[in-house]
Amino acid sequence: MLRYTLLRLLGAIPTLLLVIVLAFLMVHAAPGGPFDDERALPAEVAEKIEEAYHLDEPLPQQFMRYLSGLVRGDLGPSYGYRDRTVDEVIGFGFPVSLQLGALAMLLALVVGVGCGTVAALRQDSLLDRAVMAFAMTGISIPVFVVAPVLVLLLAVKLQWLPAGWSGETGAARYFLPVITLALPQIAYIARLTRASMIDVLSSDFIRTARAQGLGTKAIIRHHALKPAMLPVLSYMGPAIAAILTGSVVVEEVFGIPGLGQFFVRAALNRDYTLVLGIVIFYAALIILLNLIVDILYGVIDPRVRQR
Amino acid sequence: MSLLEVTELSVRYGEETVVDDLSFSVNSGESVGIVGESGSGKSQTALALLGLLPRNANLSGSIRLDGNELAGKSDEELDRVRARRIAMVFQDPAQALNPYLRVGRQLRQILLQHRLASGKAADVRVIDMLQRVGLPDPVRQFRAFPHELSGGMRQRVMIASALIAEPDLLVADEPTTALDVTVQAQILDLLETLRDSTALLLITHDLAIVAGRCERLLIFDAGKLIESGATTAVFSSPQMPKTKQLLAAAARLDTGPIPAPVSGETLLDIERLTVSYGKAAAQRLQAVTDVSLSLRTAETLAIVGESGSGKSSLVRALLGLVPPQSGAVVYAGSQLAGSLQARLSGQRRDLQLVFQDPVAALNPQMRVQKIVAEPLQVHERGLSSAKRRERVAAMLAKAGLDKSFLDRYPHQLSGGQAQRVGIARALILGPRILICDEAVAALDGSTREQVLELLKNLQRESGLSIIFISHDLAVVRSMSHRVAVMYLGRLLEVADNASLFSTPRHPYTKALLDAVPVPDPRRALQAPPLGGEAPSMLSPPRGCVFHPRCAYAKARCSEQRPELREFAGVRVACHRADEISLNARY
Repeated sequence: MLRYTLLRLLGAIPTLLLVIVLAFLMVHAAPGGPFDDERALPAEVAEKIEEAYHLDEPLPQQFMRYLSGLVRGDLGPSYGYRDRTVDEVIGFGFPVSLQLGALAMLLALVVGVGCGTVAALRQDSLLDRAVMAFAMTGISIPVFVVAPVLVLLLAVKLQWLPAGWSGETGAARYFLPVITLALPQIAYIARLTRASMIDVLSSDFIRTARAQGLGTKAIIRHHALKPAMLPVLSYMGPAIAAILTGSVVVEEVFGIPGLGQFFVRAALNRDYTLVLGIVIFYAALIILLNLIVDILYGVIDPRVRQR
Repeated sequence: MSLLEVTELSVRYGEETVVDDLSFSVNSGESVGIVGESGSGKSQTALALLGLLPRNANLSGSIRLDGNELAGKSDEELDRVRARRIAMVFQDPAQALNPYLRVGRQLRQILLQHRLASGKAADVRVIDMLQRVGLPDPVRQFRAFPHELSGGMRQRVMIASALIAEPDLLVADEPTTALDVTVQAQILDLLETLRDSTALLLITHDLAIVAGRCERLLIFDAGKLIESGATTAVFSSPQMPKTKQLLAAAARLDTGPIPAPVSGETLLDIERLTVSYGKAAAQRLQAVTDVSLSLRTAETLAIVGESGSGKSSLVRALLGLVPPQSGAVVYAGSQLAGSLQARLSGQRRDLQLVFQDPVAALNPQMRVQKIVAEPLQVHERGLSSAKRRERVAAMLAKAGLDKSFLDRYPHQLSGGQAQRVGIARALILGPRILICDEAVAALDGSTREQVLELLKNLQRESGLSIIFISHDLAVVRSMSHRVAVMYLGRLLEVADNASLFSTPRHPYTKALLDAVPVPDPRRALQAPPLGGEAPSMLSPPRGCVFHPRCAYAKARCSEQRPELREFAGVRVACHRADEISLNARY
């Protein structure tokens, strides 16, 4: 198991390296520079700035410099936030995004798996159809439509929840952004759980469990849930990526100072080091979480573990 | 009053009736056999008893246990009966046990659910039960996952799970169909000794299995109970034609003609063939070791062995699907290349294969016409499509299928028809050697007979040589001229059909013959079954590979590996072949 984990970690290095190279090249290929403004800078000032940020060096040299910083965990200075490094910006923004993302994921899992299981047990009933109709809607409507609608309904009309983040302190401010982020995931996980639960419930070993008189609750809990969770587990990788990209929109809509918001601002401000830093940080995060998912797969399925 | 009273039970799916107006009873402690071919409604009846039919099934009639009605009861009410009063053993333990749960937990859950034990006491009771079903080292196996156990051990676990709540009635649905013949004997004996005062309803397609074990028989055909009575009476004077047919189709090693040996020239020579998988020496699995065999023109050579004996690996090496590690295959005087790609087109044409699962071996998206024509498209490209269709139709006719089958899809064929298509596909290029890998294992009694008859006819007409891989000794006896017995990748005995079945020379051959159940209640009492199971191929025993299970083993057998040598007209790999005398039961 340990050997497997180490091998997989080593295997992730080329992937990450590729992401770094591509992201680096794309940022440098983008037209315009970080310090271009409507009013052109005096030539000597521009030269000084370029020298300070090593922008006058040839590209390979810049890349090696960036990479050597990266190895030490230094993502370099931010062009936009002049007094902060990229590390500091990520350190400030990520905890907020992490809270949102983790809460959304948790909500999606609990509600999605719950709804999917109930739908599978009452296959083709009215309840099943209702859950599936809701799921289809949840998948079809994008986050940037759901967010304003929820705000309009729950915050503006009914005034149950705060519409934004700033100025609020309590747990209430989490509700709308987390629900918005979780909604499409709830929908997808519910569909996935329903399908795989129906599949598992029709297998021979469930018939054995029924013949043993275990009853529905014990059958789901002890026999069916674990195998039915395998497809959901495989979906965790893409789900995490979807929640990360979703949080970019959600943070913008609700005015949350998370990493997603910094990312959007950085792109608009041509703060290339920050864009590059966040892209690489997210890529590493997604690779790591996918690795954890793969390892969990082995924990659930003993037959995978042996290989 | 009887324990179980079934009256006018019917099971319908829409318009289709699978169990029709069925009435029977089972007394306390009695053992009753239900016998019928696939599709006769026997499994549906078993599922109906426990309320396990699928939701779209329509059940009518009455099922009474100790006078209490079970039919139409809710799952919650039935849960108190399941396992506690009526327990079930299913056919395939690989599917019927939960692969994600440790064996101990699956058994423990039953005790907890029925409040029979809890905590440490439940664990103790589970381990005790595992011990009683003969699991070696039950404390360790408590923590094993099903895939870590052999097929026989898994079925023992299944039986343990059925008996742990001490039911009054045990329903065993084809409990040994998925198992090897020597293991089958062990499992049937285990069921008999363990059930004690529990009544047994043994469901099977094989009359031989119930012959010595059940007091009464119920014969099913097409959803109906057609005959019932004491086992001895049904065997001695069957009333219905279908019962007579079942009796005739039951595997017998003591009647029927044996093909005489053929004396043609040698067509195929297998010389010291060794096949192994895995590169690293420590993990290498030697599936076939040092096998030498020859096949004559128009001869049928059977290769017999239990699962894991290396039969299929031998076939794969013959066909060039896996290159042998050493040794050679010589066909018509020239050595065949190890890999299929390197063989000449003519050599590839001349060796063809018929598969075990007839329906799964056919592409579901192709019509029969295209399936059978495919080899022609590869090997005879010049053929016009009209000519090709003609050849296909002629070949199908030979295989016993008329023109109306040309445009059918595989799912529109019965098992027997699908296997005829498989045989037509294999023979359309006019090969000289046909390899049948368990080709009739998936077919029912009468269909099996017809396909075997077809193979024999084709051999008679065209002088075809057949390598017939099978675990079914009765089929081998009626089909083959010579028989080779394999165990753990090695040949233990090669003999003419007649001498192998009358005077086996190797103790393993004798054990295999003894393990075949006899469809005769008066003669069914048999020698104690071969103990243990075949060891892992990854660590074969030193000396003779069979010695750990052999009743005749001496010190020498565990030290020195016996060579395959000529003895009394047969080839046998046993140190003691000339000291011991083994006689078949017949």
